[in-house]
Amino acid sequence: MKPTVFKRLKRDRIYLLLLAPVLLYYILFKYVPMFGIVISFKDYNLFKGVWASEWVGLKYYEWFLRNPDAWNIIRNTLLLGLYRFLFLYPTPIMLAVLFYLMRWKRYRRLVQTVSYMPFFMSQVVISSILIMLLSPSTGWINQMIKWAGFEPIYFLQKAEWFRTIYIASDIWQQVGFSTIIYLAALAAIDPQLYEAARMDGAGRWKQTLHVTLPGIVPAMVIVFILQLGGILELSFDKAFLLGNVATLETSDIISTYVYRTGIIGGSYSYASAIDLSMAVISLLLIYTANRVSRKVGETSLW
Amino acid sequence: MVRRGQIRIFDIVNFLLLAFVAFASLFPFIHMASVALSSPEYVVRNVVGLWPRGFQWDAVSAALGDKRLWIGYRNTLLYLVLGSCISMTLTIMGAYALSRKSLIFGKAVMMIIVFTIMFNGGMIPFYLVMKSYGLMDTIWAMVLPSAINTYNLIIMRTFFQGLPVEIEESGRIDGLSDFGLLPSIIIPLSKPVLMTVGLFYAVEIWNSFSAALLLLRDPNLFPLQLMIRNLVVVGQSGDVLETAAASGKTVVLESLKYALILLGSLPIIMVYPFIQKHFEQGALIGSVKG
Repeated sequence: MKPTVFKRLKRDRIYLLLLAPVLLYYILFKYVPMFGIVISFKDYNLFKGVWASEWVGLKYYEWFLRNPDAWNIIRNTLLLGLYRFLFLYPTPIMLAVLFYLMRWKRYRRLVQTVSYMPFFMSQVVISSILIMLLSPSTGWINQMIKWAGFEPIYFLQKAEWFRTIYIASDIWQQVGFSTIIYLAALAAIDPQLYEAARMDGAGRWKQTLHVTLPGIVPAMVIVFILQLGGILELSFDKAFLLGNVATLETSDIISTYVYRTGIIGGSYSYASAIDLSMAVISLLLIYTANRVSRKVGETSLW
Repeated sequence: MVRRGQIRIFDIVNFLLLAFVAFASLFPFIHMASVALSSPEYVVRNVVGLWPRGFQWDAVSAALGDKRLWIGYRNTLLYLVLGSCISMTLTIMGAYALSRKSLIFGKAVMMIIVFTIMFNGGMIPFYLVMKSYGLMDTIWAMVLPSAINTYNLIIMRTFFQGLPVEIEESGRIDGLSDFGLLPSIIIPLSKPVLMTVGLFYAVEIWNSFSAALLLLRDPNLFPLQLMIRNLVVVGQSGDVLETAAASGKTVVLESLKYALILLGSLPIIMVYPFIQKHFEQGALIGSVKG
């Protein structure tokens, strides 16, 4: 017979006691701010605070949709997220296969170790280095361009370069560390499959095509779905640090716009209305992605 | 699976491709150190590539002479120690309780927690609520709002769930209570996961930037990353240069900036070789979530 709720509460009291501060954390630092989004439906008044300010309905959402900047920011966020996904998804798979096919194990370990390193550097350090390397007068990259006989490029002042820089540096930061999941999948492939393929006369290329790649398909599917869900999760830090007034046309994404109009400009209600609209789209994406991954991959994020 | 045999063209191409990956991963850091340690004449002529030319410490010592950098280091260390203790305590408590399969309301609590991965109030409500808690311009702003990382909590919970039940039962026979099991059995058995999650928290706190940008106004509380950003990206390093010039050092701005970035990343670069395998382990546990 199942014990009653009261008995279970009594039995689990130690665990509930341990859980209490954790729950308190989630309530105070995650759920209270979540309910704070009501200010996007209110006229936030500094003196009255979030809860006592006047209701204004969808006023700020209408403002945003009427703002000619709005579409540009939505487009920037979507395009940056989409391009990032298109380039960041396949590169770790290719690198993982190269690692796997490397016959000198020590060399492979060495390259692996080195390639994870940028992942652990802060966005401030990464962005600072990028700014230095891309400098038109003293940066190493422009030195090479000049050396090859071309004009230096003002990378960080040109809107058309922002996405390329953002995505290329993201690949540089993440490709190594992202190979880990694929390497785990590759390590789990049964060696007998290769044996069988060789018996059938498959060469190295055929073995890669028919044994190695199919071996990581489940991992590929899961990563694909999860990354598709997180497509709008762009780093505020990096867009904020690398973007500037000259490149707003492409570098201004939802999070930097919210920071500028809200925190700096003081339009709290307006800025949170924009943020909420994007968060809802993002939530739908993640939720759908997780449902699909549970169906397809028989595994999920939670 | 590669069979022993002759070296083919592919092996050579692969060798070169991986050499390029290694070079690309390291070059920016090596170049940064080289410029920071080169003498001004070579830096001005832009001839510093992979190794320092006219080796000298002037740029690094000029950077070290700036008080703001030391304030940043001190604050970051404070946040690191305090934050790691709070984060680990809370994460262990939560993960241990939630690792009980029969825990009453366990599933509901887990859903409440996981939902926060998918949705949050966004920057403005976060800022206003933290302000209303009185966290603005206090050291708590840097340790409390990010105290629990949900992914870390899940990693640890999954590990606890995987511990053999028999050991726990033998602990109970020896007279340990539910609470007593944690320090005397669970924690000693969980060193790998504690190490991994602890490192994740430490790196996260060391690198954190936007919380400071949002919640701190007092420069005396700024962590290292915010200091580096103000000095390098915003360009307040000019006055460090003037101080250095006044003391008779010849330093160029580029060397100085690289020296500042170098000092901001040096601790991680130095400990990286020793902790790298733990990250790999963490990423593997993390990628298979129950």
